Amino acid sequence: MSAAIEVDRIFKSFGGLHALAGISLMIEQGEFFGLLGPNGAGKTTLISIIAGLTRATSGIVRVMGHDVVQSYRAARRSLGVVPQELVFDPFFTVREALRIQSGYYGIRNNEAWIEEVMEHLDLTSKADTNMRALSGGMKRRVLVAQALVHKPPVIVLDEPTAGVDVELRQALWRFVRQLNLDGHTIVLTTHYLEEAEALCGRIAMLKQGQIVALDTTQNLLNRHSGCYVTLRIEPDRMPGAWASRLTTRLEGGAYRIALKDYDEVESLMAALRAAHIKVQEMEVTLPDLEEVFVQVMKS
Amino acid sequence: MTGFYTLFYKEWLRFCKVSVQTILAPVLTALLYLLVFAHTLREHVEVYPGVEYTAFLVPGLAMMAVLQNAFANSSSSLMQSKMTGNIVFVLLPPLSHQEFFLAYLLAAMARGLVVGAGVFAASLWFVDVPFAHPLWAFAHAVVGSGVMAALGVIAGIQSDKVDQLSAFQNFIILPLTFLSGVFYSIHSLPPLWQTFSHFNPIFYMIDGFRYGFFGQADVSPWLSITIVTSSFFALSLLTLWLIRSGYKLRH
Ligand SMILES: Nc1ncnc2c1ncn2[C@@H]1O[C@H](COP(=O)(O)OP(=O)(O)OP(=O)(O)O)[C@@H](O)[C@H]1O
Ligand SMILES: [Mg+2]
Repeated sequence: MSAAIEVDRIFKSFGGLHALAGISLMIEQGEFFGLLGPNGAGKTTLISIIAGLTRATSGIVRVMGHDVVQSYRAARRSLGVVPQELVFDPFFTVREALRIQSGYYGIRNNEAWIEEVMEHLDLTSKADTNMRALSGGMKRRVLVAQALVHKPPVIVLDEPTAGVDVELRQALWRFVRQLNLDGHTIVLTTHYLEEAEALCGRIAMLKQGQIVALDTTQNLLNRHSGCYVTLRIEPDRMPGAWASRLTTRLEGGAYRIALKDYDEVESLMAALRAAHIKVQEMEVTLPDLEEVFVQVMKS
Repeated sequence: MTGFYTLFYKEWLRFCKVSVQTILAPVLTALLYLLVFAHTLREHVEVYPGVEYTAFLVPGLAMMAVLQNAFANSSSSLMQSKMTGNIVFVLLPPLSHQEFFLAYLLAAMARGLVVGAGVFAASLWFVDVPFAHPLWAFAHAVVGSGVMAALGVIAGIQSDKVDQLSAFQNFIILPLTFLSGVFYSIHSLPPLWQTFSHFNPIFYMIDGFRYGFFGQADVSPWLSITIVTSSFFALSLLTLWLIRSGYKLRH
């Protein structure tokens, strides 16, 4: 079985700027894959190369085994892309746009599927509205629908939830999850890390055109073995050796301390008791993807 | 085939939905030229023996409309799509290079021919024009519109901004059209200009087209059609090569 997406030593420069500096990546069929990274890391550039919108300076990309330059037609048939930019054709209504998009993929009479997609994205009531008259979030939904008209086995979403309200966000993720359960491979970029944590099975983190972390979401979270304690104490001073520990002072006077493991919670408590300091409030939390992300980007 | 047909149909819809601007306006412009020039020059100019100046002018104006509108359609459609970014909708699907080229080409030719036919039909209200060899006229209109439509595709791909495209239009297309003998026979020009005109492909389009009406022209229609057709194939190959290379479309 060929990989859904195979990226092999991709370089891309814009003039003197190295937007991608040697990316290699395998995404298997059926995966829910996250592509994370700060602004300008090269996520959209990588997606554009996968989609054939941009040519790589060097390297090879295959989608479902088809080279995106040599066998561009087969590769593009296998791929649906939701672009990051909010683009639309002002000459058409939602339904017209979806019919035309189906036609580009060689599909006639796609009505049943178009209706279904519009239903899932809550677009049915806007079906005959001109694209120009839609709100930003609505236009985003149409972009998602346009990427799905040909039921592509591989779906790439470049920040699909930017500027989208909570309700659609949830509806969209339900729909995308269902597509993933039905066997579609999903690749996603987002700056909402809790979304990525909840949805993605595997994650690549990009920084300045290079992959700086690539692992299952669980392994990434486990990398960070410790936990955090947030507490408020009376009198308001940390006892003994703890005073020199790296702590963050939160608004409202609470301390936030990074601990190596749960055993350290014990010793912290003992130290507080010994110094007759009372705990007024306390919470122990596990690190989330955001913490991991920040650490990976720092190193 | 469905992919090609859909893109062609989309391009067709695009100019039909704004037909006041894309069809009616150029027809009106041509008619204004006809009224003004015909009234001021009718008594003074006789280009071909036995052909009134007003009649002489009609095919030239019709062909000029065909050429300018074919160019305008493909160039502005591509440039606008690039500027607004919605070009991705045609770059993402598995359309072949040929399908992409042919769809833009044929839709632009269609607009040119529709506007040209409109100019001709409207002129018949005011002027009697003979129609000696309709096939010659038709052949030159079709192939000539193809040349300009292909040029429009190139200009659309090349331009990133409105002013680049209008430079193309104002400094290349417009002078070539005006200096091609729309308003006169090149035999009335000084010899140097006559020589220049023979290097202008648009001159052959207009001259061959006019032969279809009056049965006489500055050069043989066989020569015209040969030059226009060769230009068409050369430009088409160039355009296809540009599209295949991804130049300015997939950069
Ligand atoms: N067409 C272009 N010309 C020149 N530079 C470009 C072009 N496209 C992207 N870049 C540069 O390449 C780098 C990567 O950009 P890219 O859009 O891929 O980032 P990104 O990870 O998608 O960021 P964001 O999270 O902001 O969407 C940036 O430095 C950007 O300025
Ligand atoms: Mg991006």
